[in-house]
Amino acid sequence: MNPIVQLQNVEKQFGTELVVKGIDLEVEKGEFLTILGPSGCGKTTTLRMIAGFETPTDGQILLEGQNVVDIPPYRRDVNTVFQSYALFPHMTIYENVAYGLRMKGVPKSAQSQRVQEVLHMVQLESLGNRKPMQLSGGQQQRVAVARALVNNPKVLLLDEPLGALDLKLRKQMQIELKHLQQQLGVTFIYITHDQEEALTMSDRIAVMNQGRIEQVAAPKDIYENPQSKYVADFIGETNLLEVKILSHAGPGVVLDFLGKKLGGRMGNNQAMAERMILSVRPERIRVSKEVDPDWPFALSGRVEEMIFVGSIIRTMVRLTDGMQIFTMTPSQGKASLVKGDQVWLSWEEEDGIVIGA
Amino acid sequence: MQDEPSLSVMKPEHPPKHRKRIWRPRLLILLIPPIIWLSVFLFIPYVTLFINSFWKVDFGTIVHDFSFDNYKKFFTNPLYYGTFLKTLRIAAWVTFFSILLSYPLAYFIHFKIKKNKQLFYTLVIIPLWVSYLVRAYAWKIVLGQDGILNNFLLAIGIIHKPVEIFLYSPYAVILALTHIYTPWVLMSIYTSLEHIPRDVLEASKDLGAGRFRTFFHIVIPLSLPGVIAGATFAFVLTMGDFLAPQLLGGTSSMMVSNVVYSLFGVANNWPLGSTIGIVTLVVVLGILQLTHRLEKRTASFEDGTRGR
Ligand SMILES: Nc1ncnc2c1ncn2[C@@H]1O[C@H](COP(=O)(O)OP(=O)(O)OP(=O)(O)O)[C@@H](O)[C@H]1O
Ligand SMILES: [Mg+2]
Repeated sequence: MNPIVQLQNVEKQFGTELVVKGIDLEVEKGEFLTILGPSGCGKTTTLRMIAGFETPTDGQILLEGQNVVDIPPYRRDVNTVFQSYALFPHMTIYENVAYGLRMKGVPKSAQSQRVQEVLHMVQLESLGNRKPMQLSGGQQQRVAVARALVNNPKVLLLDEPLGALDLKLRKQMQIELKHLQQQLGVTFIYITHDQEEALTMSDRIAVMNQGRIEQVAAPKDIYENPQSKYVADFIGETNLLEVKILSHAGPGVVLDFLGKKLGGRMGNNQAMAERMILSVRPERIRVSKEVDPDWPFALSGRVEEMIFVGSIIRTMVRLTDGMQIFTMTPSQGKASLVKGDQVWLSWEEEDGIVIGA
Repeated sequence: MQDEPSLSVMKPEHPPKHRKRIWRPRLLILLIPPIIWLSVFLFIPYVTLFINSFWKVDFGTIVHDFSFDNYKKFFTNPLYYGTFLKTLRIAAWVTFFSILLSYPLAYFIHFKIKKNKQLFYTLVIIPLWVSYLVRAYAWKIVLGQDGILNNFLLAIGIIHKPVEIFLYSPYAVILALTHIYTPWVLMSIYTSLEHIPRDVLEASKDLGAGRFRTFFHIVIPLSLPGVIAGATFAFVLTMGDFLAPQLLGGTSSMMVSNVVYSLFGVANNWPLGSTIGIVTLVVVLGILQLTHRLEKRTASFEDGTRGR
């Protein structure tokens, strides 16, 4: 099946500033794709180009295989949920939701039926007569979603739609939005800078940094197989070690880290170079006072700090040669280590991912 | 005269409701000077005016003899009620033309001009820095018998001798007052356009409305508070205008203020002058009340859509 949205080498320049630097992205029909990235990396700009509010300075945007770069927003079959909700303050909730139908020339009777249907979907049937000002933040958010869905868009664009809500409501709305998306089968392109939100909601995540997409993959995949230092660091927590490759057999590699031998595996799509980065997730590191004979290798260090965070314990270990590594272990009844203990660290070859520096 | 009208007409405040009132002696002391000020310069004159409107004049002296005669005279003599109606008409035209001129201009400056927006805005506002009197006189120079307009038309041969009707007609008054109040109306409309969030306009386009439908369904309703405020301003100030008809209007275009002026002055009939003053006051207050309500109804959304 063809992708429903395709970005091909899309660029956007404001004045002299290149904000989006050649993006390629394919979104499948019915997919929940999240664009995740730090503030100012160009997420909103990218979304606005898909919606039609900005024209790319280069490249193509295809909607169902058709280049839509020259089609104005009011003739594109995509709708947007704005971060500010952008509800029409002088209209009732009903009128807000009906607006899209009115503009498309849907007859009055069909309008009312469809509005009721959509309001029901977001559980706001009873509030049709209110004005936006008379709703809570969460309710306004739902109206914004209902209004954008009323015309059955091919793609729904959401720009940090939950950004203004408090944490609890945010979690609840995440689940509701996800359910709504699954139930309707509408393609969602969702922007957030909250990685947890991205990990819980998305089918795939596109990690964006400084105007480029660094990696597009399923949440688990992006966590397990980061393809760049930036992605490894941005998604979840990790330890990054500068290493040299000594030898490799299949995916497994033997590495040199300041004169010690370590194990790891090559990350996907990585070119071998002399200097590489090894990324190891803190929860995959084993810490022990004695070296287990089964371990492929062991690094020695001293416990510098132990932080108890409820269900887990974060342990900071200072390696003998000065570098700090942190690990996470489930907290058990009694603490097995204390500050100042001499310890050994190791991990499975599987869990050390080698990526380009 | 009206060069520095209070801006409070344009920016209605929404007083917080149900605030508990706490009366403290210190507060009362602080309030004494403004109360005295208001009494001496506002309440007492108005009360005097009101009382005066019921007296009579007999051979140049005021007779303290309560009656409604002045009011009867006002509502039956076409010189008085006619002038009043004419004043309302002129005010309506001035308001209409001011909006007609300033709305497109404000829209254009706000939405179409990308660079130097502030410069254009300032250019439109600059006439406000010139005294009212100078602006009114300027029209005399333009429209007069030996004025710029006549000379121009003579030069290009459309007319063969200077025409008088430009000056000393209600049209001259409407023209001058429109010119004088347009910047105010524009400021008010511009402010309300500025307050429309970009997102809301984009949402409209996103939902299938082109530029025109977005304008009619979103921009106009959301800028209504500014239009109403500006219109009120132009209307009420024109109602009380006195100089423009004096300078440009001639006898046929006397307005209410001119009549009051002559009653208090030449005719020495203070009671009748007071009556007309009171009627005007009541009508203006009524209009203010009405537009204030309208404005409140339409302005309730100006604070944006987010949260409460
Ligand atoms: N209309 C514009 N004119 C000039 N520069 C712009 C414009 N819109 C965005 N930019 C710039 O483009 C860059 C990216 O902006 P964008 O809004 O896409 O970031 P973002 O990833 O959405 O960030 P955030 O998470 O903070 O919303 C920023 O540096 C911003 O200043
Ligand atoms: Mg953004």
